Amino acid sequence: MNAKGMFVDTSICTGCKACQVACKEWNGLSGEPSHFAKKAGYPYRVANNFSGRSYDNTQNLSATDWRHVRFIEQFNADRSEARWLFASDSCKHCNNAGCLNACPVQAIVRTDLGNVFVKQEVCIGCKYCIPACPYGVISFDQRTGTVHKCTLCNDRIHNGLGTACAKACPTGSIAFGDVPDLKMRADARLVQLKKLGYEKANIYGYDEAGGLNVFYLFLDKPEVYGQPEKPVVPQDRLHISSGVTVAAAIAVAVGAAIAFRERGEKKDKP
Amino acid sequence: MIMGSNMAECHPVAFRWPLKAKTDHGAVLMHVDPRFTRTSAMCDLHVPIRAATDITFLGGLISYVIHSKRWNTDPFFKEYVVNYTNAATLVNPDFKDTEDLNGLFSGLSEDGKAYSPATWTYQRHPAPAPPVTEPKTFTDMLLQRVPGRPKADPSLKDPHCVFQILKRHYQRYTPEMVEKVCGCPKEKFVKVAETLLNNSGRDKTSNIVYAVGWTQHTVGVQIIRCAGLLQELLGNIGRPGGGILALRGHATIQGSTDIATLYHSLPGYLNMPDARKNHDTFKDFILTESVPLMTSYWGNYPKFAVSYFKAQWGGAATKENDYGYDYHPKITGDHSHLPMFVDMMNGRIKGFFVMGQNPAVGGQNARYQRKALAKLDWMVVRDYFETETAAFWRNSPEVKEGEVKPADIKTEVFFLPAAMVSEMEGSFTNTQRLIQQHEKAADPPDDARSDIWFTYQLGKSLKKMYSTSSHDRDWPIKNLFWDYEPDASEVATFRIKDEPSAYKLLKEINGYTWDDKKPLPTFANLKEDGSTVCGAWIYTGVIPEEGVNKARSRKADEWISPGWGFSWPANRHIMYNRASADLQGRPWSEKKKLVYWDPKKEVKTPDGKVTRGSWVAPSGEGIDFLPTKAPSFRGKDNGIAFDWLSGNDPFIMRPDGKAWLFAPAGLVDGPLPTHYEPYESPVANPLYKQQSNPVAKTWKVPGNPYHKVADPDFPIIVSTYRLTEHHLSGVMTRWLPWLAELMPELFCEISPELAAEKGIKNAEYMTIETARGKVQARAMVTRRMRPFTVDGKTVHEIGLPWHWGWQGRAQSDVVNNLSVLVADPNVTIHEGKVFTCNVRAGKRGGAA
Repeated sequence: MNAKGMFVDTSICTGCKACQVACKEWNGLSGEPSHFAKKAGYPYRVANNFSGRSYDNTQNLSATDWRHVRFIEQFNADRSEARWLFASDSCKHCNNAGCLNACPVQAIVRTDLGNVFVKQEVCIGCKYCIPACPYGVISFDQRTGTVHKCTLCNDRIHNGLGTACAKACPTGSIAFGDVPDLKMRADARLVQLKKLGYEKANIYGYDEAGGLNVFYLFLDKPEVYGQPEKPVVPQDRLHISSGVTVAAAIAVAVGAAIAFRERGEKKDKP
Repeated sequence: MIMGSNMAECHPVAFRWPLKAKTDHGAVLMHVDPRFTRTSAMCDLHVPIRAATDITFLGGLISYVIHSKRWNTDPFFKEYVVNYTNAATLVNPDFKDTEDLNGLFSGLSEDGKAYSPATWTYQRHPAPAPPVTEPKTFTDMLLQRVPGRPKADPSLKDPHCVFQILKRHYQRYTPEMVEKVCGCPKEKFVKVAETLLNNSGRDKTSNIVYAVGWTQHTVGVQIIRCAGLLQELLGNIGRPGGGILALRGHATIQGSTDIATLYHSLPGYLNMPDARKNHDTFKDFILTESVPLMTSYWGNYPKFAVSYFKAQWGGAATKENDYGYDYHPKITGDHSHLPMFVDMMNGRIKGFFVMGQNPAVGGQNARYQRKALAKLDWMVVRDYFETETAAFWRNSPEVKEGEVKPADIKTEVFFLPAAMVSEMEGSFTNTQRLIQQHEKAADPPDDARSDIWFTYQLGKSLKKMYSTSSHDRDWPIKNLFWDYEPDASEVATFRIKDEPSAYKLLKEINGYTWDDKKPLPTFANLKEDGSTVCGAWIYTGVIPEEGVNKARSRKADEWISPGWGFSWPANRHIMYNRASADLQGRPWSEKKKLVYWDPKKEVKTPDGKVTRGSWVAPSGEGIDFLPTKAPSFRGKDNGIAFDWLSGNDPFIMRPDGKAWLFAPAGLVDGPLPTHYEPYESPVANPLYKQQSNPVAKTWKVPGNPYHKVADPDFPIIVSTYRLTEHHLSGVMTRWLPWLAELMPELFCEISPELAAEKGIKNAEYMTIETARGKVQARAMVTRRMRPFTVDGKTVHEIGLPWHWGWQGRAQSDVVNNLSVLVADPNVTIHEGKVFTCNVRAGKRGGAA
């Protein structure tokens, strides 16, 4: 069976945040508790999370925010260059998933449809997965004592439906489907955009982290959208770090030899 | 061209279509707007203009177009303009333009408060001899009053012809003037003009999209008309891909004007009986309203009106009692929102129903409006949550500050829970007049009920209470035709059994024959003899036969989708679509083919004869013309309605069958759009001595102070607007945590230049002040806002979204505490898109 995924075409994202709301509605997620505070005279908590960072007040992914739309304002002083970019971010469901490999109890699993999701009943809340994700996707919730992230709407996709965010997206910026089909669509769109003069347009996610099942079409370098150009998952880092360990050992040995030699030399010069 | 609209943010679902046109078909999207918004971000070109200079920009485009080489050499434009608009029509030689009178038209009264349109009229041939001598019906009476045909000069050379008047009117609206008035670089203006010109013609059409960014001005109607003029000159009306798309404010607000929640309008855009007009008798009403329009399709006005009165009073409405006309309420003045609240403040209004509105937040000069609510005896608020309007008496800013004491407020407030849209059946009529039925998904909780349930049950209770009255004045309630009891099957699966029947309501709106209650398939079936009932003639055909509701139909295709819902009138999606064919009835081009004349097509007449020749539309589009009227047909000089109109008169609702470049009637502030500064402006009008619209509506009453022109205390322009994350005054969004956290608090969009001048820092509090009030907001310092250079002087502009109030999960000051009661003279829409203010760093301190 083909892996299911999403193609996020940021060139037609209008930054409406319908995906964020649809995600919360379908997955039964509350407002982010840290965004609200008690207010005298009101029986309910009132939002207090104004950020001043363009139209982005939720600011990052969290245990209750599985989707997050970024707003990137790029204007020079005389406004002759003026650009406001939007991009809806979420878990990428990496083929080489750091979180999955870091989990000591196999609470994080990949299903037959390729999506990576956290089994809430198995998660022990050790948080090893959190630093293992190069995208900062996975978060701990005090209330449940477990970690949470986008499941690619695991329940929906195993019942023949697409993801809630893709369903709600009014412009088709988030498309759900079989990954090979989505790639064909993305390639065609990239060609079209290049023809229209978007020279920096690129697809992000074909090679990163073993390939992302949720991949993006960006109009500029991934860093502009807050995505690492070369994401490193811990299992890759293992090879690097073992190399570093060997190198360090050699360096220590050489250093020690020199030091001893120096000491020896010093001995000769009282 | 999107102008006066932030479509991506305020109509995010509809915006998928322009975006699809751009990505799939290479359409060019242009956004003309003071701010760089999410819409600008998605367009190919953003053209910044100072708020409320739209007429200068559009007038500049008009002037550019008619002087361009393309427009003067491609015969398409001349053929369209000479034949389908009133460009050739000759105007009264006494007419004086704003160029002659320094910003005024001829006809302004001595006190300067109102225009007489006597000099704006057409020159006409003598009136024809009437075909009837003994009038028996209203139609006969109209036939006795047919005016002579307008005189015209198809060469467009006569100095009194509309085209020459128009050319002179806009001669000073040059690219240089646009730059000077709008503060927009000349090059960008020229780019827009060239793009529109190159994308209009036989093979191409351009579309203009607007919303309340155009309406909410003291020249709101004239801005929209100005766009109409441009589209007429470019041949973009009545053709696929052309036109002007008016984005309405929310779901079925189109329906609410069609079925007439507006004070001056009866359903189907008939006029409300008015004590100020010659409306004393039914005959007076019919003649006053239909004589000026009778040579258009409005010649059928008597049929629409009689059928409407039959819908009100059914069997009690008879020819003998003028169908109950004398019992119908008549208006005595402007009773729209703003004057209604002034009347309320003055104690003239005792009781008030509020459904689907939150004037304590959304009303202009909201503090004034809240104080007016305190003058009522009683108020009923039906809503989902305790809105600011429902709670004004206990925790409004005035109460919190001790200025008003709840004990002194005598208004008795009834707060009733309302059902949400998915908890009732009904129909939406959306922005392009498409009626779509929606299902009831579930019962509302507890005592919550739909507004229609409330209104219906209220009517039933009143009828019961008045049933024993012997007063003649109670006739309208006693005889109100009020039967929308649901069939058992309609409510079978629901707990609430007395919800009125959505089908019966729509059937009455559609119309049916009184005797056998058979639905009418078209408004051509309506009669003036009382044999037909029709709630709103424009909707006829949505229920063409018993049990068939076309609003439920869901057959889509790749283009017009005539099988999807029902587009009034008569499933016509593009109005005036006769104009999609040339003078001979041939499509202007293969690419833009829609409605055209097929001379070979056989047509059966009602008497069974077969004739040849008909207008056809293979797409299934409704034909907005008499199907058998040949392009060469010459209208009867002494006929009315379709008899008078000729085969080359596509604009069948206009009494000359032409699109109006010049409006000889219907507007109270002049026949041609003219640049006036907004009522509150930091600059003097650079174009005329006349500063602002001379007949704008103002209310010089306590609590509604105005700023001076170029007021040194209030030098900054402010616009109010909406965001995607909230809806209007926030009743549907601010109580929902998911949306509250997306836009938690009021912010002020301000340029870095102005912020630096005032010492305002991003995300910190700042205060915005007017003579009406002050509010605090978080600063959003952004280069999406910019200073404008107007006539060499720097003018700053700030922006305030207005969704917040003191209730709900997202709370802030009420932006409308700053705004003011001032309005367009034609339709009394407020000027919320532009007024003046001052700003400073820090929290407001003291009263909001």
